[in-house]
Amino acid sequence: MTEFLAYAVERYTYWAYVALMLIGFYAMIAHGNLLKKLIGMNIFQTAIILFFLSISAKRGATLPIIPPEAAELVVAPPHFMNPLPHALMLTAIVVMVGTLGVALAVLIKIHRTYRTFEEDVILRQM
Amino acid sequence: MLLDHLPALLAVVPLVAALALPLAGAVRPRLVYPLAVGAGAVTAVLSLLTLERVLTRGVMRYHVGGWPPPWGIELVVDHLSAFVAVTVSGLAALALLYAGPAVRSGTAGSPAPFFGLSLLYLASLMGIVVAGDLFNLFVFLEVASIASYALVASGGGRALMAAFRYILLGTVGASFYLLGVGHLYLLTGTLNMADLSQRLPELAASRVLLVAVGFLVIGLGIKMALVPLHGWLPDAYTYAPPAVTALIAPVTTKVAAYALARVLFSVLGAPAALAGIPLMSVLAWAGGAAILVGGVLAIRQNDLRRLLAYSSVSQVGYIALGIGLANRPALAGAYLHILNHAMMKGCLFFAAGAVAARLGGSALTDLRLMHRRMPVTTACMVVAALSMIGIPPAGGFFSKWYLLVGALEAGHTLLAGVIVGGGLLAAVYMFKVLEHACLARPDEAGPRRC
Repeated sequence: MTEFLAYAVERYTYWAYVALMLIGFYAMIAHGNLLKKLIGMNIFQTAIILFFLSISAKRGATLPIIPPEAAELVVAPPHFMNPLPHALMLTAIVVMVGTLGVALAVLIKIHRTYRTFEEDVILRQM
Repeated sequence: MLLDHLPALLAVVPLVAALALPLAGAVRPRLVYPLAVGAGAVTAVLSLLTLERVLTRGVMRYHVGGWPPPWGIELVVDHLSAFVAVTVSGLAALALLYAGPAVRSGTAGSPAPFFGLSLLYLASLMGIVVAGDLFNLFVFLEVASIASYALVASGGGRALMAAFRYILLGTVGASFYLLGVGHLYLLTGTLNMADLSQRLPELAASRVLLVAVGFLVIGLGIKMALVPLHGWLPDAYTYAPPAVTALIAPVTTKVAAYALARVLFSVLGAPAALAGIPLMSVLAWAGGAAILVGGVLAIRQNDLRRLLAYSSVSQVGYIALGIGLANRPALAGAYLHILNHAMMKGCLFFAAGAVAARLGGSALTDLRLMHRRMPVTTACMVVAALSMIGIPPAGGFFSKWYLLVGALEAGHTLLAGVIVGGGLLAAVYMFKVLEHACLARPDEAGPRRC
């Protein structure tokens, strides 16, 4: 049991990502309000960012910037964080902003048409 | 030489055109339509050139910015991607040409945004096809999805809710795919497909790999509308403007199927079973279920476009089935069906759009006397319907024949029965359409029910 707890605590970011993902997923499924569904979707996406960033983290590591005067010395990978997941997530965040923007634009149109965000009210009007 | 840059040009040409169109539209609105069709046609010609080069000189590898893989971004065009590129760009060019009258009459929104989004969509589909690493595939998949969300939503009214559902489900699909990619990266430290395929065999027993593959298959399954993950498709195809459906319906699910095949075969090396789970068989059976469920639901529809949308769910099942069987004839059938289904579904949705414009609606009862008022369109629908059912010499027969041979070769007699049964279901729903289009007499009161 204590071994498992130590294991769980050591990888707390992964637990956080799974929890966030499930919260987002629950909000998307359970809420009847379209705006809350969209917020759930955004939490879901943010969980994935957290997952990628926890891949790159290392204990006691620093930023992966090597000053020119040290470039000739031996560079030990354990001393530097992995920059690639950060770069990937920068792109993914841009993609997510795009999705969110389109979704919000669609929601504005829905609200102008139906005057509500409640899914059941809209479905009754359709 | 310019032709050495073909893999990049396939995506760059429509992308630049997509960005230039709104500017051109601001100066000369009349230029938008010819420019868009021109850009689509140029992309189609470039795809043909690419196919010719791949056939004569072998696989093309292009290092973006001159950085060698696995550090740099690599674009790869092999025989499969060149084939899908020709299919997608050809169909998209035709759909852009088709959209002209609809856009002029104002049923597809204003011209510059419509054609700009369409070309952005085409550019990202070409990006998916040429992507040599998993993360670029994700980015292009999402750009394509964002463009199609906006295109679907341009219908207004019911299309808005359809688009919102499509956004939620599509985003979950893309997020699952991204999680799968993240797990593969965690396991191997690389995202390049060729590099991954070399490193993965020794990790075949890993549970992280199993999680990654699960996320990838479910994510792409949502994007290709594989039963039971098809919830977004019928509403989106039914309520989107006809010109939009004609553009996205033939190609969206096919490109997702291509991505699935790419991940399963080029990255994972077609593992029959992962940690005891028979992945490929599960996919084949999901395909079989899709054929039957989509077919039965299509029979129950009374709206032409909704019927065709469910028929898409059914036909995508054939592609998934072929990919799942993974032997030579089955894969030939699946890939051929990508082309055949794109052609016949494109033809049918073009016809459905023309019917909606000319006869005032797309309910099956609106089709009455169609054979007198629109004989050419009706003839095209008959040909496409024959292909859908799988009657020779129409194209659909050959892909289904290969699938049947593949299923029997793999010893799946029941799945072979499903392939034949799917053809019969297609016969029922397509004849239902043709009956309304050709047989209903003018003196008949009200719709006939079957």
